[in-house]
Amino acid sequence: MEQIRIPIGKSIEYVIDLITEHFSFATRAFSDITETGINILVDSMMFFPPWVLIIVFTALALFISREKGIALFTLIGMALIWNMGLWTPTVSTIALVLISTLIAMLIGLPLGIFSALNSTAYRIIMPILDVMQTMPAFVYLIPAIPFFGLGPVGAIFSTVIFSMPPAIRLTCLGIKQVPVELIEAADSFGSTRSQKLFKLQLPMATPTIMAGINQTIMLALSMVVIAAMIGAKGLGGEVWKAIQRLEPDKGFEAGIAIVIVAVILDRIMQKAGGRQKTA
Amino acid sequence: MAHKIEVKNLYKIFGPHPEKALALLKEGSTKDEILDKTGHGIGVANVSFHVEEGEILVIMGLSGSGKSTLVRCLNRLIEPSYGQILLEGTDVTKLNKEDLRILRQTRFGMVFQHFALFPRRTVIKNVEYGLEIQKVDQAERQKRALAALEQVGLKGWENSYPSQLSGGMQQRVGLARALALDPDIMLMDEAFSALDPLIRRDMQDELLKLQEKMHKTIIFISHDLDEALKLGDRIILMKDGYIVQDGTAEEILTNPATRYVEKFVEDVDLSKVLTAEIIMKNPIEIASYAHDGPKAALWKMNRAGISSIFVQHKGKLVGIVTAEDAATALKKGEKDLAGIVIRDIHKVSPETPANDLFALLAENSSPVAVIDEEEHLLGVIVKGSLLAALSEGVMVNGTD
Repeated sequence: MEQIRIPIGKSIEYVIDLITEHFSFATRAFSDITETGINILVDSMMFFPPWVLIIVFTALALFISREKGIALFTLIGMALIWNMGLWTPTVSTIALVLISTLIAMLIGLPLGIFSALNSTAYRIIMPILDVMQTMPAFVYLIPAIPFFGLGPVGAIFSTVIFSMPPAIRLTCLGIKQVPVELIEAADSFGSTRSQKLFKLQLPMATPTIMAGINQTIMLALSMVVIAAMIGAKGLGGEVWKAIQRLEPDKGFEAGIAIVIVAVILDRIMQKAGGRQKTA
Repeated sequence: MAHKIEVKNLYKIFGPHPEKALALLKEGSTKDEILDKTGHGIGVANVSFHVEEGEILVIMGLSGSGKSTLVRCLNRLIEPSYGQILLEGTDVTKLNKEDLRILRQTRFGMVFQHFALFPRRTVIKNVEYGLEIQKVDQAERQKRALAALEQVGLKGWENSYPSQLSGGMQQRVGLARALALDPDIMLMDEAFSALDPLIRRDMQDELLKLQEKMHKTIIFISHDLDEALKLGDRIILMKDGYIVQDGTAEEILTNPATRYVEKFVEDVDLSKVLTAEIIMKNPIEIASYAHDGPKAALWKMNRAGISSIFVQHKGKLVGIVTAEDAATALKKGEKDLAGIVIRDIHKVSPETPANDLFALLAENSSPVAVIDEEEHLLGVIVKGSLLAALSEGVMVNGTD
């Protein structure tokens, strides 16, 4: 007897083909806008000599985190990256991470708020997030290619999908964590829904939302590295090259640069979130 | 005059099919039976009462009696299932969302048990919240918030955060936040229950002092009989969602409507434990039957600030002389107290329980004398000291 096979893979492929065929104008437009965005960001960062940017980043780290240690680490870490000759790929990695995070936040925050306020939305969105988070990251690279072709835009697409769940989840959690009594108090004074959201729920949820943004950035960084496989350049590209040419020295240097970028971003974001909490 | 608030046959049934539970309730099923059979919780059952303008109504009951649900029904933080709530004739339950919001903004001020201050706002921003919601401009709302803070004695704390304040101060902020809106009705949900006893007493005094000036209509939820006695012009006692008694403090104490009220009063109140000896005050001045005339008696009353004075003769209580009588006698030129002393007075032994004193004091307004076997005057009990002793019973008992 011939085995009956449920065509899950085939259906998904069909949907992807359909989108590629009929919505190529949309994906193309997205592709163009994002590509321009990346180019502008990378070009403007590359316009300055590295030492200028290193000073700017250090100052920024000091300003946001208010901690000398983190600023010093930024200074030394970035100087080391420059010294290893990895400045250009690092800049493009940072640009990819920033743009992906920005898009992930633009989609994730409203979805998080919506799922916190609407229980039906919550019931629909949460299982989707579970799937998104457990799906192996590489799988997201596959539809990126037909949609956006090889290159940084496809990388950003898969990075956004991969890194968005914590932004949604923690925004939702932060809002839901606001004590019932405070909600009651806001209601008892006759607040509208949006007044309640902007004057009470979002300010109360800020530390949790910041933690979500931090996680999104970290996931984006890891995905941007993986996305080197579909032609995102940057530090991931360096690692990828090192694998193909079996060059452990280059590979580890790029790896160390990724770690440095990750630590800098993480510490700065944590401090930004932490400061909010005590204010 | 019409009542300020009148609640008629109010029900709150939690669950998807309140009509089923309502039918069972009307057949006489109890709260627990209905919960077992239908899974519906009874919050408030057939509650009717009214509140007068400028009155403090205390709604009292143990936890789970429905008192907090009831107060939340009044401003529809909890949507009542059936019944009417008339606020100066307008049925609150019929208002649409927008009108309800405006009603909450302008008429109700609410104070919560655990303060419910917004932790990320400073004290003044907390107090301004209600005004901010109404889009009152910055200068005006700051002015009103500062005035409210001053009223509750928190001037100078504007820029602190709630977490930097003690519990009592936080609740003052809560009070100021409600007062800043100048609502005519204050809903106070166990407002002082989370505070320690000394602070709680301070806050109660403060509220009474404020109320003398403000004349708000206050609905105060409490599980504490002492607090209810002290604050309430009237007290409503609730059990299992029903009102079991509605009356003044003395009515409830002296004439409990049901076994439940009796037990409540018995359990919490110490009127049976308290005896005359504990409640009585030392007589500040005693007139001597042998030596004092009306003038001396009047002078003694004046000095002690009392309106009547007990008279003793050779260490034995003779009777009482009122200031009025003494003044008349003085005008007539009488030289002793023989003509004006009232001999028919209430005398009790030190062991007399407070419950018996209620009856004596209710009869007439003159003080009761506490005497020993030799008829020597030990102390004096007036109505006020009895109620005060009851509301502070824990303290007296604790130090005993």
